Amino acid sequence: MHPVVILIAQRIALGVLLLFATSILIFVGTLILPGDVAQAILGQSATPQSLANLREEMGLNDPAWQRYFQWLRGVLQGDLGSSLSNQRDIATQIGARLGNTLFLAFWAALVAVPLAIFLGLLAVRYRDRWPDKLISGFTLASISLPEFFLGYVLIYFFAVKWRWFPSVSTIYDSMSFWQKLDAIVLPAAVLTLVILAHMMRMTRAAILNVMQSAYVETAELKGLTTFDVIRKHAFPNAIAPVVNVVMLNLAYLVVGVVVVEVVFVYPGMGQYLVDHVSKRDVPVVQACGLIFAAVYIGLNMIADIVSILANPRLRHPR
Amino acid sequence: MTEDTFLKVRDLKIGATAYPPGEPPKWIEIVHGVSLDLEKGKVLGLIGESGAGKSTIGLAAMGYGRGGVEISGGEVWINGRDILSGSPRELRRLRGSEVTYVSQSAAASFNPAKKIMEQVIEASVRHGKFSRSEAEKRAVSLFDKLGLPDPETIGERYPHQVSGGQLQRAMTAMALCPQPDLVVFDEPTTALDVTTQIDVLKAIKEAIADTGVAAIYITHDLAVVAQVADDIMVLRMGEKVEYGSTEQIINAPQEEYTRALVSVRSISHEEKPPTNEPLLSVQNVTARYRGTNFDVLHDVSVDVHPGQTLAVVGESGSGKSTLARVITGLLPPRDGMIEFSGRTLSPTLAGRTREDLRELQMIYQMADVAMNPRHTVGTIIGRPLEFYFGLKGAEKKKRVKELLDEIEMGDGFLDRYPAELSGGQKQRVCIARALAAKPKLIICDEVTSALDPLVADGILKLLLNLQKREDVAYLFITHDIATVRAIADSIAVMYQGRVQRYGAKSTVLSPPFDDYTDLLLSSVPEMKLGWLEEVIETRRMTSAGN
Repeated sequence: MHPVVILIAQRIALGVLLLFATSILIFVGTLILPGDVAQAILGQSATPQSLANLREEMGLNDPAWQRYFQWLRGVLQGDLGSSLSNQRDIATQIGARLGNTLFLAFWAALVAVPLAIFLGLLAVRYRDRWPDKLISGFTLASISLPEFFLGYVLIYFFAVKWRWFPSVSTIYDSMSFWQKLDAIVLPAAVLTLVILAHMMRMTRAAILNVMQSAYVETAELKGLTTFDVIRKHAFPNAIAPVVNVVMLNLAYLVVGVVVVEVVFVYPGMGQYLVDHVSKRDVPVVQACGLIFAAVYIGLNMIADIVSILANPRLRHPR
Repeated sequence: MTEDTFLKVRDLKIGATAYPPGEPPKWIEIVHGVSLDLEKGKVLGLIGESGAGKSTIGLAAMGYGRGGVEISGGEVWINGRDILSGSPRELRRLRGSEVTYVSQSAAASFNPAKKIMEQVIEASVRHGKFSRSEAEKRAVSLFDKLGLPDPETIGERYPHQVSGGQLQRAMTAMALCPQPDLVVFDEPTTALDVTTQIDVLKAIKEAIADTGVAAIYITHDLAVVAQVADDIMVLRMGEKVEYGSTEQIINAPQEEYTRALVSVRSISHEEKPPTNEPLLSVQNVTARYRGTNFDVLHDVSVDVHPGQTLAVVGESGSGKSTLARVITGLLPPRDGMIEFSGRTLSPTLAGRTREDLRELQMIYQMADVAMNPRHTVGTIIGRPLEFYFGLKGAEKKKRVKELLDEIEMGDGFLDRYPAELSGGQKQRVCIARALAAKPKLIICDEVTSALDPLVADGILKLLLNLQKREDVAYLFITHDIATVRAIADSIAVMYQGRVQRYGAKSTVLSPPFDDYTDLLLSSVPEMKLGWLEEVIETRRMTSAGN
């Protein structure tokens, strides 16, 4: 078998293993939390008898490992349990929320990733001259400002003053695709600004590193334009570090956007999680944690695989 | 100036801005007004030690300055145009089209992410010299002409899939593909084994003759350039020393410095007879690296006698350095044993006593990476004194000064950092560090390979003097037969992990030879015209590295 296939299979197996380990951590984490689920549900109306009954009913008296495997079996079958606060099925609720989050993340990424890489290339092309300094300054400023501040600034200008886009990004199933897109322009713009700097600076640094190498000199001595040298000869060798940073930022778009969701009242995963943490709704928190972990591990696994595939020494062994 | 003179360089001045810490930036001139002429179809050799400005001049013929280097004055006329007064666009049109470049390390100069063919034809297609399919055809015929195996398909491989010697030829094909008027060869064979160098040299020479291009051939090895150049310019510290026909430079050098270059490697050393009690005895050692399934050393047995030098020679991949790793304990052998000073050494490093470690020291090829750049010379040499002998304070300082004297450097160097030393001085400090432990045996791994010939000579003389004074034995690993002649008492020739030939220097170096030793000995460039053709004519085998 081709060695690359083996390497990739190893990566995937490692990812699955990691996900299992994380699921244990999440389960243990919720066990350690102070308070008791039955107590939380019954609240003021708890009597010792009703508490005991509820515990028995929910299987809380079983040993922890048994409960873990019960939970895990459910998760593997797509059953995330039901919410304690409103008794509804978590999977269906999360499904809709996750869809919204991915929708926002997708459009933000579609703009941010190519833009960041292009700006990185441009910064290398005009290194230490004004375009480089302008790009660096702008992206650094946008990452340094807190996201909620950026969000409110955009709302002030684009929604309140000029009335180009709505200030509230709530979307419903009944909205058309274009209506949805119109609604998320501002939050997507904020997210783009937030993740741009990291990816752009990594692109710039990775390419500058490659620009020192002898084969870049060879390309220059072939009479190629600087931009062609960067695009054709430097960038293909800088893919691995760039992809890693891109994936970290994509993961952030899914798991770290709660502030932006709150600012724009966007019905995504972040808000859902925060709501249920405050209600001590443990099964929901577990489910969200697991999904976030899966996104993180999955994206980083993709980054690893792309790095492996981008390496000609691995792809074409001697 | 005749009509054929198409490259004309006048009063070329090149420099760079240096930024010394704590001082204002200052301009340092590297090349101080050099002039030269080159006719179509002729080869000019630029020769000199490192820092002489040879590569800088070669690149200036393409209007290019490496790093922060800038061309500050003079003219470079190519085909009737002064390229230095042209725009960046005109320069790009010149590069890769009229003038092309072959670098010292083809392995680093090929983009690892792209197929060889794509890179070889890139300039031709880019400048509209040939269509893609024409260029590919041309590349294949050049591969064939340069003696590359499988010329039809080798272009489909990635650079890491072919050997260094093959890449060097592919790079020559890359330079010749766009039918340039001038090719700049920058030390194209320096990084290769002698046995590979000879074939690449021949390929380059024939390709130059066949295509009728002019060439600038840059090297530090006068014997090599004598084989290919019509004219030679000797450079030193950015200035012309001597400029004349190859015949005149080799046979009748006018300048003192040129004479020194011609007569380099004139050290001689009287061979000592082996003693009854060898100091180090390697017995039937077989070794392989972890995670591999082939032996790198097969049944190797050699002896080093006290106060004498055993030279281990062979091309890269022959197992020379692996032998050193086994002796030092870094790589435990699979089989065989090592006796040292009458005792059996533990196969692993962890099993050796401090005394074992002290008596067996090492000096490496790359002196700059063998020293901590943040330690001063005094600290570097003082460390083994403290570690092995517990010397401290004034006592330690006194001994460090003695050692600096021994390596012919004054105590003014005590507080200097490695970055402030020249290549030769760095290697001397490494020698002093090894000596500080008062070892019985020093393993020298290619210690002169990275140095200029004259500097290397100095190091070899120093090592010989130290041997006389301190009675230390050397195990001297090298690929350079000339070095071996200069310092060895006995020789082991290694080839593909086996000892091919072993014995006293006079025996090993006298005929009859086995085929490999013959190849190795005959491949060493000699300072005479027509040597290359003679050798190609008479040799019996070619290198495994091809």
